[in-house]
Amino acid sequence: MAGETGPPGWSHFPHQGDVGVRGIGRDMAEAFENAARAMTEVVAPLDTIRPAQSVTVSCRAADPSILLLDWLNEVIYAMATRSMLFSDFRVGIEGEALVGEMRGEPVEPKRHEPSVEPKGATLTELRVEQRPDGLWLAQCVVDV
Amino acid sequence: MDPTTLEQISPYEWQIPPTGDMRVSAVIIADEDLIRGMDEKVRQQITNVACLPGIVRAAYAMPDAHWGYGFPIGGVAAFDPDQGGVISAGGVGFDISCGVRMLATNLTAAQIRSRQRDFAHEMSRSIPAGVGSRGRIHLDDAGMDDMLTGGARWAVTEGYGTVEDLERIEEQGQMAGATPGVVSPRAKRRQRDEMGTLGSGNHYLEVQEVTDIFDDAAVRAYGLSPGQAVVTIHCGSRGLGHQIGTEYLREMALAAPGYGIILPDRELACAPINSELGQRYLGVMRAGINCALANRQILTHLARGVLERFFPGCQAPLLYDVSHNTCKEELHEIDGEQKRLFVHRKGATRSFGPGMGNMPPPLNKVGQPVLIGGSMGTESWVLAGDERSEAAALSSACHGAGRAMSRHQAARTWTGRGVQDELAARGIIVTSPSRRGIAEEAPGAYKNVTRVVESAERAGLARRVARLAPLVCVKG
Repeated sequence: MAGETGPPGWSHFPHQGDVGVRGIGRDMAEAFENAARAMTEVVAPLDTIRPAQSVTVSCRAADPSILLLDWLNEVIYAMATRSMLFSDFRVGIEGEALVGEMRGEPVEPKRHEPSVEPKGATLTELRVEQRPDGLWLAQCVVDV
Repeated sequence: MDPTTLEQISPYEWQIPPTGDMRVSAVIIADEDLIRGMDEKVRQQITNVACLPGIVRAAYAMPDAHWGYGFPIGGVAAFDPDQGGVISAGGVGFDISCGVRMLATNLTAAQIRSRQRDFAHEMSRSIPAGVGSRGRIHLDDAGMDDMLTGGARWAVTEGYGTVEDLERIEEQGQMAGATPGVVSPRAKRRQRDEMGTLGSGNHYLEVQEVTDIFDDAAVRAYGLSPGQAVVTIHCGSRGLGHQIGTEYLREMALAAPGYGIILPDRELACAPINSELGQRYLGVMRAGINCALANRQILTHLARGVLERFFPGCQAPLLYDVSHNTCKEELHEIDGEQKRLFVHRKGATRSFGPGMGNMPPPLNKVGQPVLIGGSMGTESWVLAGDERSEAAALSSACHGAGRAMSRHQAARTWTGRGVQDELAARGIIVTSPSRRGIAEEAPGAYKNVTRVVESAERAGLARRVARLAPLVCVKG
């Protein structure tokens, strides 16, 4: 778990109706990976999801915070249209372009007991920034 | 929120007068305790809405308001296209036309109780619910476009429900002006397997008992009576609406500066109604409304099938279907002049009073049914639109209890099994594919819905008609 000032990892921050997801990383890409882990953990425990199948997505945006929005929305789209959950994320960012590989498996309701489906990543509390200690923070509220 | 920082203009209306960039006042409708329970973010968000171009009268927060994204949940705002008014994807939300419908069965609660567990089990098997669930209807491209044009009317044509249902749905079951051809392939792909599914989170199908009556005339008009069993369905436009929201929230956020719109916060992403982007969103959002209406119509058909199997020959006519995440073009009187406005209601229900809104008889004599969802263990409400609601909040009312606690906090406070057992001891059967989902939706995570509807009534938004208690809850 990682708070706003904590070490690399993921965490949730409170939002009354929905849920805030936050990733901290040694670079922006790792912060994005951890934000995706935080979002997945909203749905089901990460350790119940086997990284059996790989899906690759890509997106592009000049503004890093919009790139985070696009990345999380690509994860949501893959979850929704493939009926899958993902637990392992690898992100590469070059300039405005992001390529993400995620590994997971089809949803098994009895084993995963998914609690809620993410509808979309929002602009609320949307932040991508490098902290004074050099670590990166990537966060937003996700509508569930 | 500290009520002493607001200007009280009546016992149930609190005002933030326009200052700085605010174009109109922000008005919060609630009693003092509900105000105290509201997050400070509600003030910030409703104040920001009051800054948007073309807003008229006021930005309103309903008694169940809580922190949302862009607009607060429980936010109402109307915009004049002739005054540079805007339309906002965040002001509608991802779950376009999420709403509630109620079937007024001719069964008694005692009949349901006599077979309660079996009935709950069969209902949970017949209603696709939860993350990853798939519907049995898979539309090809032409079928998808027909559905997005026709809404519930399309569903009835396909054999889901009856023509009589349509007059008991806002817009008579079909939102005009939808542009399915402009809806993105990704939005349609996301919907392909989700027709006739309930979804997850706070969406549900409940069987409830009418326990208390508050307005005899309205109860008669609505076809309700004490001890009666009703079926309530709460869900929305599923993946299609979510994807439309995703795409247009982003596009509007990036486009706003180009339209000269200075946003107090980027989450208020919007576009002028009279712009290409505004018109494009309006058309696809209307297609999203039709998707939600069709989806609730299909779920109605599935629920009626279960009722028929358990209680052959029973009737379950539609009392009404309301949407609470929309932007609709409506006529309202502003400063003595009829204006064509685009009214955003996000987590808020339209609440036409008697004689308004072309309601069918006998509903037109008592006002529009306003259906207020509960939270598994707590009561739900049927209200009737009050004629005073036009002056109070542009004919709008609350939509539910509103969350008092985050999902995270709720999951740490309760267990799904504990909530299920506690409710079973009170005669309420809850089914769900997810125990954690039940914990996150625990009744204690919501505000006191009775306080919410009492505030709505006293403020003149909607009158109390009937209180309902849950018997069976199928959760997503």
